[in-house]
Amino acid sequence: MNKVFSVSDINNYIKQLVANDGILSGLSVRGEISNFKHHYTGHMYFTIKDNNSVLKCVMFKSQASILKFAPQNGEKVIVSGYISVFERDGQYQFYASDMQPDGIGALHLAFEQLKNKLQSEGLFNSDIKKKLPVLPRSIGVVTSSTGAVIRDIINVTYRRHSNMKILLYPVAVQGTQAAGQIAAAIKKLNELNQVDVIIIARGGGSLEELWAFNEEIVARSIYASNIPIISAVGHETDFTICDFVSDLRAPTPSAAAELAVPDVEVLQYKLQNYNIKMKNLLVKKLTMCQTQLHKANSRHVFRHPYDKVNQYRLKLDNELKHLFKNNEMLLKDRKSQFGILAGKLDVLSPLKILERGYSVTRLPEGAIVSMVEQVQIGDNLEICLANGTVDCNVVSVSLYESISATKASASTIVKDTSQVYFREDKAYD
Amino acid sequence: MTKSVKQAENDKSFEDAMLELEEIVSKLEKGDVSLEESIMNFQQGIELSRYCASKLDEAEKKISILLQNEEGNLIEKDFDI
Repeated sequence: MNKVFSVSDINNYIKQLVANDGILSGLSVRGEISNFKHHYTGHMYFTIKDNNSVLKCVMFKSQASILKFAPQNGEKVIVSGYISVFERDGQYQFYASDMQPDGIGALHLAFEQLKNKLQSEGLFNSDIKKKLPVLPRSIGVVTSSTGAVIRDIINVTYRRHSNMKILLYPVAVQGTQAAGQIAAAIKKLNELNQVDVIIIARGGGSLEELWAFNEEIVARSIYASNIPIISAVGHETDFTICDFVSDLRAPTPSAAAELAVPDVEVLQYKLQNYNIKMKNLLVKKLTMCQTQLHKANSRHVFRHPYDKVNQYRLKLDNELKHLFKNNEMLLKDRKSQFGILAGKLDVLSPLKILERGYSVTRLPEGAIVSMVEQVQIGDNLEICLANGTVDCNVVSVSLYESISATKASASTIVKDTSQVYFREDKAYD
Repeated sequence: MTKSVKQAENDKSFEDAMLELEEIVSKLEKGDVSLEESIMNFQQGIELSRYCASKLDEAEKKISILLQNEEGNLIEKDFDI
């Protein structure tokens, strides 16, 4: 008959056996995570499995909280720890103290996970990148106060701008304190608001050494910064989360200083160039205006201002000449017309008739005597001849028998009173 | 009123002033403005260039380090390389 044990006794015995086993007390197991539960207490419960079997695992909060990556179902991992027996349930399980992604390292995975997370949140978006000032009042540097990095930054800064103010915020750049200090420095520099640009810098190192710059707390503080941030962490080939979330990535700390600080000589040269250019352009403009003015002055109308007037004057003279000529011709025409008319008039003139020996007899009151009935004996009559008048006295009146009374005027006999005289003043021309 | 304008002028950033200066130069380059305007632009340009030059000289040469004192407050001290 075998010895009879209690359940507790045998479970306790097995636990002792397992605990004393050289392999089970400290080993690593490769497998794929399944049934992963991250309990609210902080402990992780899961199993790892291969094609044929499963192994129950637990990772307590103290270890789970320092895991760099978030385990997920289906992930291939290597879990380190020991096997122990849970006496109450009579079950054994794997107590994990560490877990590494199988294939790539935990840090790499953590890096990828945080990168993807922040990227999907938009922390790397290019449209939220702040522009660096061309000429900062002063620059802030978050790095170690010892070592080559700060010296490189100071040297490059003063080579480019000998009057630039540099404010160093000293931080640990590796180790457990580093991430918190870097995040606090960025926050503080924003509060102080003395610098126009911040350089976060560290020299080259392993992924572990650079790890602080891959922490979420650093990324968040950079994202929250109102001051533009240049990241210069590690060598050119090292990329950190800090690089992605910063407004600008510089390959080296020296390059960061070059990006942050303008070369004052270049700017002065640029200003000088502008001045010269402006002066030249103004002179050119003035010359152009002068040329224009000169051109305008040399135009015909300015050189011979009376030319046009003179032309008009000539034209006027010409017109006047024409006018006069026309007038003259008209006058001549009129004259000749007048001559003809005068000739006609001359022919018709009663004087011509008088020249032929006829005379006109008038009564003293001026009426022309054409009938003998108009006169009586003793009347004084005036007889007009061709070249003068004769005053006469009627001595007799006789009427021609054969001629009708209307035509009997001519033969009135008048007596010459011998007062014949030339009335030169009345002589006809 | 005048003071606030003056204030705004003083607060103008170096790059804004530089940009304005560049614009003025390109305006002068085009040359399609009147002589009066050219002279006005030139005056503005010279003023801006003087302002930029003064900004270049303005910085204070200093290297400081921020350190915490016993009360935990940050104090600025000269930093020796």
